[in-house]
Amino acid sequence: MAEITMVAAITMALARAMQDDDRVVVVGEDIAKNGGVFRATEGLLERFGENRVMDTPLAETVIAGMSIGMAAQGLRPVAEFQFMGFMYPALDQVINHASRLRNRTRGRLSCPLVFRAPMGAGIHAPEHHSESTETLFAHIPGLRVVIPSSPSRAYGLLLSAIADPDPVMFFEPTRLYRAGKEEVNDNGHGLPLDTCFTLREGRDVTLVTWGAMVRETLAAAQTLAAEGVSAEVIDVATISPIDFDTILASVDKTGRLVIVHEAPRNLGPGAEIAATVAERGLLSLQAPIERVAAPDTIVPLPRLEKAYMPDEKQILEAARRALTFA
Amino acid sequence: MDKRIATADGPGGATDVTVASFDVHYRHYLDPKGALIGEAPAFAKDREIMLSLYRAMTLTRIFDTKAVALQRTGQIGTYPSCLGQEAVGVGYASVMTDKDVMFTTYREQAAQIWRGVTLTELLQYWGGDERGCDYAGPREDFPVAVPIASQAPHAVGVATAFKLRGEPRVAVCALGDGATSKGDFYESINLAGVWTLPAVFIVINNHWAISLPVEKQTATQTLAQKAIAAGIPGIQIDGNDIIAVRQVVGEAMDRARKGEGATVIEAFTYRIGDHTTADDATRYRREEHLSAAWKTDPLARLRTYLGAQSWWSKEDEEQLIAECRQKVEAAVAEYSAIPPPLPESMFDHLFETLPAALAWQRKKMAER
Repeated sequence: MAEITMVAAITMALARAMQDDDRVVVVGEDIAKNGGVFRATEGLLERFGENRVMDTPLAETVIAGMSIGMAAQGLRPVAEFQFMGFMYPALDQVINHASRLRNRTRGRLSCPLVFRAPMGAGIHAPEHHSESTETLFAHIPGLRVVIPSSPSRAYGLLLSAIADPDPVMFFEPTRLYRAGKEEVNDNGHGLPLDTCFTLREGRDVTLVTWGAMVRETLAAAQTLAAEGVSAEVIDVATISPIDFDTILASVDKTGRLVIVHEAPRNLGPGAEIAATVAERGLLSLQAPIERVAAPDTIVPLPRLEKAYMPDEKQILEAARRALTFA
Repeated sequence: MDKRIATADGPGGATDVTVASFDVHYRHYLDPKGALIGEAPAFAKDREIMLSLYRAMTLTRIFDTKAVALQRTGQIGTYPSCLGQEAVGVGYASVMTDKDVMFTTYREQAAQIWRGVTLTELLQYWGGDERGCDYAGPREDFPVAVPIASQAPHAVGVATAFKLRGEPRVAVCALGDGATSKGDFYESINLAGVWTLPAVFIVINNHWAISLPVEKQTATQTLAQKAIAAGIPGIQIDGNDIIAVRQVVGEAMDRARKGEGATVIEAFTYRIGDHTTADDATRYRREEHLSAAWKTDPLARLRTYLGAQSWWSKEDEEQLIAECRQKVEAAVAEYSAIPPPLPESMFDHLFETLPAALAWQRKKMAER
């Protein structure tokens, strides 16, 4: 079993899903011969042929809409959008159709599809290539929004997303694509959706995060451990619907909550987690909830992106404020 | 060699040469008075076929009139009348098989009724109940698309599925004149062109996108010519001439089924009613437009044709109207007797299985 990057794990999951299920097809811009802008679909054309790995014209609305049509016909389309920031022309299809086809036909038609898009800052990319707008999608009923944070979770969650009978938005932090390697067993086993992953157990403070910020948050937990503080780290993974039970149980144990995300502070899953803990777990809290997030600004061009993204220092400061609150 | 790539040896001589040229044809068989123009297709001589088309158009009109009345009396919600557009809907639906799949905008009651969507289901949907889209008949047809042109990409996806599976089936997509201004339409016909998909796009040019007349929608001479930019055939027809609709859509379906790709058909008709019951067309449309439109009425035209063949009498007409009214009244009674959905049912088809995180919201709704 070899150690592989997250992007390689995504390719492996796509290939596994295509091998195990003839209904799975992959569509998008530059995904066939070129293997995708991040090479996530590398080798699929050679292996599965042009009837299952299809380069589309440069037209995001029809990529989204045709995927809905294919899904309604029983195929399992996995569409790649080159960047989250280029998905917005497809929002009409996502919001008005993919999320509600099952509902508006009372289950007569359904929409088992996956829309994949790279997300997030930190790779010195041009304008519009560094978005963290998962909130837009998480706000839409009828959609699942999944963000992996490691090679093995990318593999398992993508397999489950493809197997899921409903639409899944699968956002892949570009900063993690090649940030580290991990042993991933190509066993075809999915990981559960709608479930948080507790990456590190702890007693003193709960750090809740997802996507690229999982790395900084784990690093912060390590630093805290060296100081004798036991931090629990939860990777939300499915941003919608959120597994609040895991978060609430952790806060019940630790009494302190720090929420970390790369998306802007305003609204979003972080706010929803804070609100839900305030509603359902207020009496377990021993300190105010802390949020570490990007500012409510446009994600800047690369010269300022480091300043924009939350870092380990900010997480540690927030954790210490929570830990020392009296 | 791809002739679109400029080459060192190609077209020489003049500084300015024609590299491509196109024309757009118009097809009609029945003139507005119901007289045949030239040679009609064989089916136009088939009494049973022609009577079945006329019966469906009449049922549609009587249903439509009733639906408007039901809205006016608060028994259904906002409703888009299809008055005057019955020939095009019945025409294209009548050349589809059960295996083909239909994608339409919201003014296609004529096609829906032909396809087997029940009058009760139509009333249920326009009466504000999603269960009206759970068609007992055409199970694979998409529900009507309310956001303009947004159904065109779905047709492309379904046509792709047909092509990948090697099935001789066709995706039939009906949209309006306003829809041709949207990117969804162009993206869809473009992809249908590149991939040679089994799809037929019927642009129902009823001259109005709510208040905007078609001449303010586009500077092109025709809407059919938009197909040229997608590399597929585009043809214009008289959409109030059901013989032309059935014939030309049938030809396009045959091409699609044989693997020869997609077609755009612009069907001229006229929206005699308001945009919906929430609209008042007198704000933007002059009375003489309407009186002119009535002179092209597809029902009167076909009735004249049927009469000229000695296939239709005044008694037949009276009997048909009575039958249609009875069907519509039966549907209204059935619709009125359906209890409203349970509030918690709004959770029941959100996902195949309701996520645990939402279960409490459903429970709370059920307890209210």
